[in-house]
Amino acid sequence: MAASSASEYIKHHLGNLTYGQLPAGYERSCHGHEETLSDATWTFACNAQEASDMGFAAIHVDSMAWSGGLGILMCLLFWLMARKASPNTPSGMMNFVELIIEFVDGQVRDSFHGKSKLIAPLSLVIFCWVFVMNLMDLIPVDVVPMTFQWIMTTFFGWSAHEAYFRIVPTTDPNITLSMSICVFFLVIFYTIKVKGVGGFLGELSFKPFEAGSTVGKIALLPINLVLETISLLAKPVSLGLRLFGNMYAGEFVFILVAGMMGTWQAIAAWPWAVFHILVITLQAFIFMVLTIVYLSMAVEEH
Amino acid sequence: MNINATLIGQAIWFALFVAFCMKFVWPPISRALDERKQKIAEGLSAADRAERDLELAQEKASANLKDAKDKAAEIIEQANKRANQIVEEAKDQARVEGERLIAKAQSEIDQEINRAREELRKEVSALALSGAEQVLAREVNRDSHKQLLDDLAAQL
Repeated sequence: MAASSASEYIKHHLGNLTYGQLPAGYERSCHGHEETLSDATWTFACNAQEASDMGFAAIHVDSMAWSGGLGILMCLLFWLMARKASPNTPSGMMNFVELIIEFVDGQVRDSFHGKSKLIAPLSLVIFCWVFVMNLMDLIPVDVVPMTFQWIMTTFFGWSAHEAYFRIVPTTDPNITLSMSICVFFLVIFYTIKVKGVGGFLGELSFKPFEAGSTVGKIALLPINLVLETISLLAKPVSLGLRLFGNMYAGEFVFILVAGMMGTWQAIAAWPWAVFHILVITLQAFIFMVLTIVYLSMAVEEH
Repeated sequence: MNINATLIGQAIWFALFVAFCMKFVWPPISRALDERKQKIAEGLSAADRAERDLELAQEKASANLKDAKDKAAEIIEQANKRANQIVEEAKDQARVEGERLIAKAQSEIDQEINRAREELRKEVSALALSGAEQVLAREVNRDSHKQLLDDLAAQL
């Protein structure tokens, strides 16, 4: 373990490998080595403070790489299977992929009654991608980060403290919120597409409190607007934070167990890992189902 | 846990993967599944049809069998009748033939009798003549009484 104390160990495990811009005049203090930047510099953050000081002009390289890599793997598998797809008897991996597709298709058909070429593939991607990203949680917490640390210190001359690495993208709120915000924009897009801008604004203004007369409508407009806007904005926030919260908490338990027990985590973390399989699948499923539900609410009168 | 440009990066990944699956993954697989569904439905309906066809064929076959049995019974009956008829005819023919043979034999017998009688008569007349000759040897001239003697022989 590279970190000297349990608290540092945990902090190190919760830091992302961040590449971003530090402003001019920034005073760097990387493990005893101090310098003041004369220009704005793009670099890897060497501690949590720097990562936070980079502001929005930074990117979590580990999250991006793992989510992208897993997504590409998933697409590759699907693509290979799609090329083999035929109405004849399926075999091997094809059975598995068809099982997933039929499952997702069933969920979409159950909840979404409009016609859309996007919803089903969208749900498929959300379910499978979130699932494989969550699945990274089951890899013992130190295996990949320590390998990364070893590579960076041996070949690139980094110090061990700099080498932040997290392999579960869904424990990064950027990842989950990004997906939920995409879903949110799709919801707004579909609402406007089906009901028009007037319908969209009308839903925000005249519900949930309805009035018969024009005066009543105007009187209730402010409270309706506030309530509906909050409930609209709560959708992406709750969607993203639910996934993030569950995965973060799960990872945190793994890190705590690993921090307390070292090598013995293999025994101690096992029951939690078994239980976590349920959480991983359930959260992926919930994210998909809520996406479908939100989109079906967008296209249906209610 | 800083919010930063990873938001945008992830959104780009997301859009790419969804677009990819929308274009290259979902349509072929879902088409294949639909086609299989249709194939299965067709197979099932074909099986239903075949079952109905089989039932019809069985009905037809049993009807045919019944027809054939009836026809066979009819033919046998006819044959029996015909056989009886033939036997009857043969009996009749035999009887007629027998009668004919009997009649023929009878006529032959009659002829024989007649011939025998004729010969007997000739012989009797010859005997009578020779007796009479011997009795009347002197008085009767065979040549002068030839006419008389022939008449006598014819009368006998």
